[in-house]
Amino acid sequence: MKFSDFICENAIRAELTADTKDGVIAELVDSLLQAGEIGADEKADIIAAIMKREDLGSTGIGRGVAVPHTKHASVDKLVGTVGVSVDGVDFNSLDGEKVQLFFLLISPPERPGDHLRALENISRQLRDETFCRFLKQSKSTEDIHQLLEEADNNQFAS
Amino acid sequence: MSSTTITRIVTVRNSQGLHARPADLLVREASQHNAAISLEKNGYRVDCKSILSLLTLGAECGTEMSLSAEGPDAEQAVAVIADLFECGFYELEQAE
Repeated sequence: MKFSDFICENAIRAELTADTKDGVIAELVDSLLQAGEIGADEKADIIAAIMKREDLGSTGIGRGVAVPHTKHASVDKLVGTVGVSVDGVDFNSLDGEKVQLFFLLISPPERPGDHLRALENISRQLRDETFCRFLKQSKSTEDIHQLLEEADNNQFAS
Repeated sequence: MSSTTITRIVTVRNSQGLHARPADLLVREASQHNAAISLEKNGYRVDCKSILSLLTLGAECGTEMSLSAEGPDAEQAVAVIADLFECGFYELEQAE
């Protein structure tokens, strides 16, 4: 599964303004709302579901990356977005480090395979140091989108 | 004490597959052992102590993999981790 299959281009956010876990998640979910990927009346419920998942265990998987996510019946396909925080946000990560790269995923409840394949793709690309570094240094949504495209074209981790 | 490799076949039993939460559980458990622990799927082998590596497996429900451990506590490591797979990473009771 390529980034272009599930990352909504219009929801990408470079230079996130929030500096708390709650704030970042709200900002990213809002970006999906602005992009028309989720409904306005679903927003609060989705944010709550994502926070509930975080309570089970932080999705800050280390190396400055987090994959906050939830299943939600309002989506019929996997929708996702990418956000970059320049200063990093405290996310209770497994390695104790702040998180700069966020991949937020909302998946339809009956298709766990899509979510897994997205995680597989994200983690595979992130194993490449260069890809990781370039993403964290991105200053615009165009930069990020271009990097995701290059990753999809196998220019980073094979 | 000689260091032999202990290997066991494990199967992903929970419906959600090896997503972030089970991967986290695996890493936490594996990290408590001295042995080098790896999972292999179709010739592709990853380190059990690295969550990013585990997530690259994209192991769905039903996937069979080969769990290996090498080191002084290899047997214990394999036993405990195989148990995690067996109980579906504590997700089997969930209706979803």
